[in-house]
Amino acid sequence: MSTSFKRPSILPGFWPAFSYTVLYLSLIVLIPLSAVFLKSVTSSWSHLWKVVTEPEVVASYRLSFGASLVAGAISVLIGFLVAWVLVRYQFPGKALADALVDLPFALPTAVAGIALTSLYTENGWLGRYLLPLGIKVAFTPLGVIVALTFIGLPFVVRSVQPVLADADAELEEAAASLGANRWQVFRLVIFPVVRPALLTGFALAFARALGEYGSVIFIAGNMPMKTEITPLLIVTRLEQYDYAGATAIAAVMLITSFLLLLAINALERRTRRFMVAG
Amino acid sequence: MRFGRWTRAGVALLAGPVMFAAGPVKLLNVSYDPTRELYQDINAAFTRQWKAKTGVDVEISQSHGGSGKQARSVIDGLQADVVTLALAYDIDSIAEHAHLLPANWQTRLPNNSSPYTSTVVFLVRHGNPKHIKDWDDLVRPGVSVIAPNPKSSGGARWAYLAAWGYALKKSGGDDKKAQEFVTRLYRNVPVLDSGARGSTTTFAQRGIGDVLLDWENEAFLALKELGQDKVEVVTPSISILAEPPVAVVDRVAARHGTTQLAKAYLEFLYTPEGQEIAARHYYRPRSPEIAAKYASHFAKVQLFTIDEVFGGWQKAQKRHFDDGGVFDQIYAPK
Repeated sequence: MSTSFKRPSILPGFWPAFSYTVLYLSLIVLIPLSAVFLKSVTSSWSHLWKVVTEPEVVASYRLSFGASLVAGAISVLIGFLVAWVLVRYQFPGKALADALVDLPFALPTAVAGIALTSLYTENGWLGRYLLPLGIKVAFTPLGVIVALTFIGLPFVVRSVQPVLADADAELEEAAASLGANRWQVFRLVIFPVVRPALLTGFALAFARALGEYGSVIFIAGNMPMKTEITPLLIVTRLEQYDYAGATAIAAVMLITSFLLLLAINALERRTRRFMVAG
Repeated sequence: MRFGRWTRAGVALLAGPVMFAAGPVKLLNVSYDPTRELYQDINAAFTRQWKAKTGVDVEISQSHGGSGKQARSVIDGLQADVVTLALAYDIDSIAEHAHLLPANWQTRLPNNSSPYTSTVVFLVRHGNPKHIKDWDDLVRPGVSVIAPNPKSSGGARWAYLAAWGYALKKSGGDDKKAQEFVTRLYRNVPVLDSGARGSTTTFAQRGIGDVLLDWENEAFLALKELGQDKVEVVTPSISILAEPPVAVVDRVAARHGTTQLAKAYLEFLYTPEGQEIAARHYYRPRSPEIAAKYASHFAKVQLFTIDEVFGGWQKAQKRHFDDGGVFDQIYAPK
């Protein structure tokens, strides 16, 4: 056990680095998170169970996890495209476009939420043209997805971009000269290389979307059973001085997200191993 | 050179608290959303008066936000010397959860510790295109009403109770009819913002909805900012007497040594000068003289109190706004 724990390495400093990792993770991640669980057990189990299984709360899980998954998937598609364009093509204003990708990181999310809402309401710049088509974005689950895609996109672009930049275009040329068609080149040469990065990007975008509050509450409309996200219900619980209930819902989100992220990471490791082995 | 700068910064850091201690006395007033402008004026007037009376400089800081959120911050340790919130329930919660002031705090100052009152009115679009005159017009099909979520907004709770009280009076005390009325009203609400300012933005900036349920003072503020060619204030026939209460947070003030100052600050709200400032900000003053002077500011409306109709905040909260309460039932799946 101990032999595999610390493999001999030519680089010194395992113990300081490892200790610092444990200390850091404890202070910044584990202690605050265990406070969440401790706070929630200040109430009786039956009360907690009642809180986390209320129809309104269950509806919010569906929206939060559903919209985050969809937004993550959209981010993967569009993010891959954006990364591809930024890596493979030269065009005027490329540096500007590259910088624009990071903007959702820097913008206070409430600002993004207000801007998106103004755009997509029935008399907003975009909303007024979508309305005749029967598409309502603001104050519907669709609006939630739009906001979550907005904040999730940079994660995918930034995870995929360096991998694509490292991938040799010669491999694609070789594949093409050996008779592969374009689809085969993509499927057999490009995709396996970027797959782990896409998964990482998806996991990041998804996780970020789950916890997102600021941008969503403006565009969601916050109608009970329809467009209430789980973080909003946590805040509402706090506003009613129900700390235990709020932390119970938070704990449910935390455990579910943790399991999902664990699964995504496992998937990613498998594809990586497959790649190295193959 | 670099070293010198750091040393100086260090000295400043150490000397800072000492210098501040010799400076003005500090007071923190934790309040709710729409009182920002009111307390700016109150603070200036009180600071002047206190300096003239005692020779001591006071520096009053304000903190604003949703009433429930503010109360929670105080419970969690925000060092408020005084709280001036939207409803008694929130100060009750501070007393109950953090024991920072006695449970009978509301009896310590006149008029239920509410130096000024307000009510719930309607803000409509210019020319009142949907002819909204009274509560009945809000439940008509095709009328879109903007109101914040009562579970998170103090103002929204007053609005909800005002509608309930109206329906109760109109039906001669039929509880079922009142619930039906309020349910129909909230079926006409397309967006539930979490606070009063959010709803005002939805209505005014984004142009959503035909009518905004709002605090009277907030409605007049919106009227002033947006202009009379954009919106109008409509006062219903019956509404609720909203009593936003104030209290000294005993334990915090004692720790800061500001008990006397905090008391004087709140008592100042009851003086003619304080009352007049409140009236200028469209809060209904308690003093009959000032009320008479500003009578033209406020429309005549029949007002009922929460104690009369609902038996106080604790009962109203439990029945209507707690989880599984009447408000939740409006949205419960059929």
